Amino acid sequence: MTTFATKFLKSARVIAADLRHRRIIRTALTNYEIVRDKRKAAFQSWESSRLAAAETKWEAVNHLDKHLEAFVAKIEARGTKVHWASTGAQAREIILKIIREKNAQVIIKSKAMTSEEIHLNDALNHAGLEVVESDLGEFIVQLRHETPYHIVFPSMHLTRGEIQELFQRELGDAPSDDPEELTMIARRALRNKYLAADIGFTGANFAIAETGMISITENEGNARLTAALPKTMVSLLGIEKILPRLEDLALFLPMLATAGTGQQLTCYNTMYGGPRQPGEQDGPEEFHVILLDNHRTELLADAEQRDALHCIRCGACLNACPIFRNVGGHTYGTTYSGPIGSVITPHLRGLQDWKHLSAASSLCGGCTEACPVKIDLHHHLLHNRRNAANEKPDFLEQSAYKIFGYLANRPALWSLAKKLGRLGQPLQNLVKGTALDPARAWTQTRDLPPLAKESFKDWWRNRK
Amino acid sequence: MTVTLFIPCFVDALFPRAGISMVQILEGLGHTVVCPAEISCCGQPPFNSGYWDEARPVAAKVLKQLKDAEAVVIGSGSCGAMVKKFYPELFANTPQEELAKKIAERTWEFSDFLVSKLGVTELGAKFPHKVTFHDGCHGLRELGLKKPPRTLMSHVQGLQLIEMAEAETCCGFGGTFAAKFPMISTAMGDVKCASAAETGAEYIVSNDSSCLMHLQGLLSRQGKPMKTIHLAEVLAQK
Repeated sequence: MTTFATKFLKSARVIAADLRHRRIIRTALTNYEIVRDKRKAAFQSWESSRLAAAETKWEAVNHLDKHLEAFVAKIEARGTKVHWASTGAQAREIILKIIREKNAQVIIKSKAMTSEEIHLNDALNHAGLEVVESDLGEFIVQLRHETPYHIVFPSMHLTRGEIQELFQRELGDAPSDDPEELTMIARRALRNKYLAADIGFTGANFAIAETGMISITENEGNARLTAALPKTMVSLLGIEKILPRLEDLALFLPMLATAGTGQQLTCYNTMYGGPRQPGEQDGPEEFHVILLDNHRTELLADAEQRDALHCIRCGACLNACPIFRNVGGHTYGTTYSGPIGSVITPHLRGLQDWKHLSAASSLCGGCTEACPVKIDLHHHLLHNRRNAANEKPDFLEQSAYKIFGYLANRPALWSLAKKLGRLGQPLQNLVKGTALDPARAWTQTRDLPPLAKESFKDWWRNRK
Repeated sequence: MTVTLFIPCFVDALFPRAGISMVQILEGLGHTVVCPAEISCCGQPPFNSGYWDEARPVAAKVLKQLKDAEAVVIGSGSCGAMVKKFYPELFANTPQEELAKKIAERTWEFSDFLVSKLGVTELGAKFPHKVTFHDGCHGLRELGLKKPPRTLMSHVQGLQLIEMAEAETCCGFGGTFAAKFPMISTAMGDVKCASAAETGAEYIVSNDSSCLMHLQGLLSRQGKPMKTIHLAEVLAQK
């Protein structure tokens, strides 16, 4: 077993039994579910909208080459500098180069999962730069030296009290745990940073091919300040963020808000099409867009799982996932957690190292049902399992299934196995749940039903 | 009609009453029931673990046994989904693909067969208890069976169904998942049992014995009074 799998198992074992964690996540997500369902009901047809969104994304992803070229041509025409990064390392290098050219010291960031994906903060800190997360949730986890717990709610695992303690310790100011007051404290700390920052760094939710614009969705106005105040703006986005037409946003913005946070629309949705144009009064003097591949083209080449590139990072599959709800976001050890993370991480970081995430699922399908762009998530988990076993079968597991298949296809032996099991069960009962128990994985927490004295097949035979 | 009843391996070995109830109900409706003795398992454990080459011979044997069946009824949403939904994928681009598709079309989960195929909703059953229903994920999401079990239960005399908040949340069984990740599986089961307990029901009813085996295992170990029972057993109570 690889270290990633061992770490996952170890941490999952602890946190799955942590009732406090379970309660915090459940409370947060129950509130989310209530507002989300209300917003879903406001759609004329949520199901038709999902279908339309999936078809639009299908079109975007299956003609990505064409749409990317159109996007780049348009956004460059307004003076934006576009960079292509094949890998995370290349993307970091491009960003560091811009920073050096600008002689920048302070970088303010709005929320961007792509920056987590390329471990940008570590690289910038390593280069001696000051990086400040301006999204409140991200600001909190940054103060805690943690990665985001959830792709939309980075600090959902923390209580108000914990945030108060954190602010008290790190900012020296937090008289109460009132959310509004805590927000004001963060705001005061951040305002100065916007003014001091040399570079504003953002991600993007969508990239419109037709008009050459990126669209950023947020609730705090921090992304607007990040983009507007510093002289240089840098945006890092995955190549799959493309939407073909501007009008597609009419569907995708409310859909992202509904699935992501249970809002009709998020408070701010802004489009950026270039640096400050002649005659304009605000906006950055220089605008860089970095298009990140980082193994996305490998996913694109996989016709079976290509739809995973439809993902709009709304987090709905995480919220719906009973595994995520019980093990939490940090246990995954990945940038993208939950079902979408379990599906794509093997593509981004290697199947054999990350196949355990696809195994850690009951394949319940709650994720697929929740996905607004209809990614066939739980079946892709199954496909990852198949691909992993085909590529490098586990000797013991494969042998067990070979024996199982041999017995299953020989009714007399199968019947004998049942009889032996019946004889063996009283012995197993003696060691139930201990290290000697072959069924320990089950019996540690659960009773096993007794094998019936008369099986169904016995009954069927006897009644004739 | 001649109904070919496919009794899942764990129902055969652990919960024969559920299978016997299905036979009684189908025969009571005047149908001829046959049970192919050669079928042991649908092959789902290796399939779900990714070992499709190991699953295929097991599933091929099932196909062979079912090839002339008029209607196949499976007493489990999970095994039903395996045959109905996953056999065609498992046998894609093999000589058995057509047969797999043909059998998939003729295969029904037990409650769906009664309600959707036979149009039967009233079986004259009596079960004077408060119950809550657990939707097994495969039955619910792969086969879309939200309504049939509830339609049948609504005609059972004395049965009071109280829906739990987490009716559609996975119980945490998930086949080999339950053994590979026992602590996650247990946490999920605890959430489910707590939600069921909130309803004040005496029984958790489901059309999947595998989920019930997991839930009953937890309830028994924790000394909880709540019991689990397969839908077919409820429907066979007079």
